[in-house]
Amino acid sequence: MNTENGNPAKDSDVQLPTLTAKDLTTDQDVRWCPGCGDYAVLAAVRKTLPGLGRKKEDFVFVSGIGCAARFPYYMDTYGMHSIHGRAPAFATGIKIANPELDVWLVSGDGDLLSIGGNHTLHIMRRNVDVNIILLNNRIYGLTKGQYSPTSERGKVTKSTPDGSIDSPLNPLSMALGAESTFIARGIDIDAKHLTVLMQRAAGHRGTSFIEVYQDCNIFNHQTWFYASQKDTRPDSTVECVHGEALVFGADRDRGIRFHEGGLEIITLGDEYTEDDCMVHDERNHLQAWMLTRMRHPEFPEPLGVLYCNPDVPAYDAALQEQVSRVREQRKGQDVAALVRGKETWEVS
Amino acid sequence: MDLDAVAIRFCGDSGDGMQLTGGQFTTTSALFGNDFATFPDFPAEIRAPRGTTFGVSGFQVQFANHHIHTPGDAVNALVAMNPAAFKMNISDVEPGGVVIVNEDEFTKVNLKKAGYAPDENPLDDETLSTRFQFRPIPISRLTRESLADSEMGAKDVDRCRNMYALGIVYWLFDRPLDTTIEYLETYFGSRKNKPEVAAINVAALKAGYYFGETAELFPVQYRVNPAPLEEGTYRKISGTEATTLGFAAAAEKSGTDILYSGYPITPASELLHGLSALKHLGIRTFQAEDEIAAVCAAIGASFAGNLGVTGTSGPGLALKGEALGLATMLELPIVVVDVQRAGPATGMPTKTEQGDLLQAMYGRSGETPCVIVAPSSPSDCFEMVIEAVRLAFRCMCPVLFLSDGSIANGAEPWRLPDLDSIEPIQVSHPTKPADGDDRFNPYRRDPETLSRPWAIPGTPGLEHRVGGLEKQDVTGNVSYDGDNHQHMVETRAEKVRRAQDIIAPLEVDDPGESDVLVLGWGSTRGSIIGAVNGLREEGRSVAMAHLRHLNPFPANLEEILARYSTIIVPENNTGQLRFLLQGSFLKPIIGINELKGRSFQVNELRDRIRECIDGATA
Repeated sequence: MNTENGNPAKDSDVQLPTLTAKDLTTDQDVRWCPGCGDYAVLAAVRKTLPGLGRKKEDFVFVSGIGCAARFPYYMDTYGMHSIHGRAPAFATGIKIANPELDVWLVSGDGDLLSIGGNHTLHIMRRNVDVNIILLNNRIYGLTKGQYSPTSERGKVTKSTPDGSIDSPLNPLSMALGAESTFIARGIDIDAKHLTVLMQRAAGHRGTSFIEVYQDCNIFNHQTWFYASQKDTRPDSTVECVHGEALVFGADRDRGIRFHEGGLEIITLGDEYTEDDCMVHDERNHLQAWMLTRMRHPEFPEPLGVLYCNPDVPAYDAALQEQVSRVREQRKGQDVAALVRGKETWEVS
Repeated sequence: MDLDAVAIRFCGDSGDGMQLTGGQFTTTSALFGNDFATFPDFPAEIRAPRGTTFGVSGFQVQFANHHIHTPGDAVNALVAMNPAAFKMNISDVEPGGVVIVNEDEFTKVNLKKAGYAPDENPLDDETLSTRFQFRPIPISRLTRESLADSEMGAKDVDRCRNMYALGIVYWLFDRPLDTTIEYLETYFGSRKNKPEVAAINVAALKAGYYFGETAELFPVQYRVNPAPLEEGTYRKISGTEATTLGFAAAAEKSGTDILYSGYPITPASELLHGLSALKHLGIRTFQAEDEIAAVCAAIGASFAGNLGVTGTSGPGLALKGEALGLATMLELPIVVVDVQRAGPATGMPTKTEQGDLLQAMYGRSGETPCVIVAPSSPSDCFEMVIEAVRLAFRCMCPVLFLSDGSIANGAEPWRLPDLDSIEPIQVSHPTKPADGDDRFNPYRRDPETLSRPWAIPGTPGLEHRVGGLEKQDVTGNVSYDGDNHQHMVETRAEKVRRAQDIIAPLEVDDPGESDVLVLGWGSTRGSIIGAVNGLREEGRSVAMAHLRHLNPFPANLEEILARYSTIIVPENNTGQLRFLLQGSFLKPIIGINELKGRSFQVNELRDRIRECIDGATA
């Protein structure tokens, strides 16, 4: 394997076979609990991938540990079910070794935000071209029901019989703080919306981070129902579309405006119109920050692509560029020259 | 006056440039044709408070007209640049040895910093002149005077004191100045673009040399003639450099790119520095956010078809344990360099020890056999890195490379290898399922090596999943079956054991009819050779052998051990190899164990081996 950088040759002239969701399905039985939100996400991923114009063998799914981390076993692509919290580090190594691969990282809130918080932070700031899907169910499921870093204050679980006294982490705020260049939020049962988010994420050169509100119907059922159910969703969420006003509500009669240094909810009608609402600009970092701070029940929670900055170079691309430059500069310098070093002497 | 060997130690404050001074003396001696071995000994503090004993930095080099293997026991010549350095090192100087001190630095303030009592100045001790060839020299003043015409500031001028001292030593041992002059001109002149700094350093070096000559500082000059080394082209090499070169050669010989992924840790950081400059030779480096990420990224790279390598020291190896378990389960090749240091915990980061052997062997959850190799000298790192890579590819498992601080930082002459004679390293990636299989089975093993096929992402039709859950053999599917688990545990162990098939048999240096074997591993080799040679000169018949493969052991080890009634294992730990040998071969072993942050002193080891032999036969 003496191809450039040790990577398998990529023959772009070859006609891509048409992939289907079925092609991406392994023969392994899916072992999630019936009714788990992960099923819907799995279906959405299988539906999204064929539309990305990539070959099946170029996809790699990486995960850590937890219910969500079983994901790679169910995708008939290359995959690695790694160790707890470290998936971002494995994904980074894979991308350094072969930047041509399309690497997806799927894991849960305990894995990516607690034991793996450090690695999640660093893959984001490096902007490694990896698509991260955080399946956030605000609970430890595989270990049977302890509170997680996204569990709300006061949460009663097996390990917090008197209620959690931890403040929860806001994954999207954390991502922005970690210099993320792409953040988005979707809901498990809205596969159509998720598919759009995944397509956007796949197209982003750099780390993309999608937080999925995912229901654990065994240990934390209904935790996101305010945002996911038909009757409450319109009032509890706001769909962020680039260039469009932030309007929400079942009758689209309310909006978000920027006022006196912060955001506030306005009622559209006599006093205010859509023109008074903040227009979503996914390139605006400060706006994105304010959006991530909008939490239920004070505010509707934003869904969609909240931030996307395509101008930051991806780590793997920058590395490739550096390697090419050094190779050019040091043409002709081989191992023998290195072994010889600067000073030698002869013994005869 | 001709001498056979001299051990010289330069010591001063950690900001005094002692490592550079010692390194220059070593290079000059190397180019002169001496055999040599070095021992840099420095504090972890980059700039400890000036003048304190814990800020003392030393560099010892032994150079000789014959083969030597250690930096020397007693110091024959000491250069001490301040009271703290004097205090910490004077007891190591042999009676009659040369002692040069910078007397200008023995001020009240500095004496106090070094912990001397008020009004106490060790230089007032009149016995110094009778015990040693004692030469207090006002090096600070002489340096300033010699550079009086320079336009440079006092700080820059004072920084030339080490070169003045080096000049004196060059005169004493009749060494040419040109190598160091060229170095100074290149380093300060071309690279740092400070020719004026180069000029004053060169001027100080020459002034020191001429001072030695005109002041007739010593009655004679000493001369150590070139050593009769094997014919060939030589260079000076440290363990870190040899490790770096080994990886570059391994990348070329295997046609596989390397990702070296590390996190800064003493004394392994230099490896990250060295390899980060080799992007043009198929090596990329990644400075990870922590030790765990470093090993995980290496494993990720191996999954994608590179060779993942990570480097660390003992505390970092502890952090990597879980990931090494994963690599064992995934059956992917990685190489882990552990530059051992004195532990536990932070321990003594700049001091050497061999305390990680059992951690390398057992420091993971479950049954996690890994291959372990250990270089026996700085230059041996080159060959053993290539061996480690070869074994990683063959066994598809982690290979631990146990170096240590004295090997990594020590230097010796190295006869340049013939790169063409190094066997190519076999690597193969399947492009289709095995014959007879209608789908790719990631754990369909090679019947001879028991290794699994290494299919890499990007290969059509071989899509598969790996993971930390126990695998069903052949298919690689998740399996909780007890019989399968037992089979897999035994298979992973047998796979590692079969590495013996390509490991060279252990060679024994036996003068004939010996009942005693001294068996070592790692950096103790030099001391053991010196000690055993000493015993042979006393007329004792003592055999010696040195293990470079710790897991699996060479296949003939058991048979060798059976040949000797007394087996002595010196180690810089409390007996870890001894433990493994006794457990593996049910053979009583005598341990000689020392944990003082340095390798064995040759004479002390010789005496202790003698005691062991006499005790065993009494």
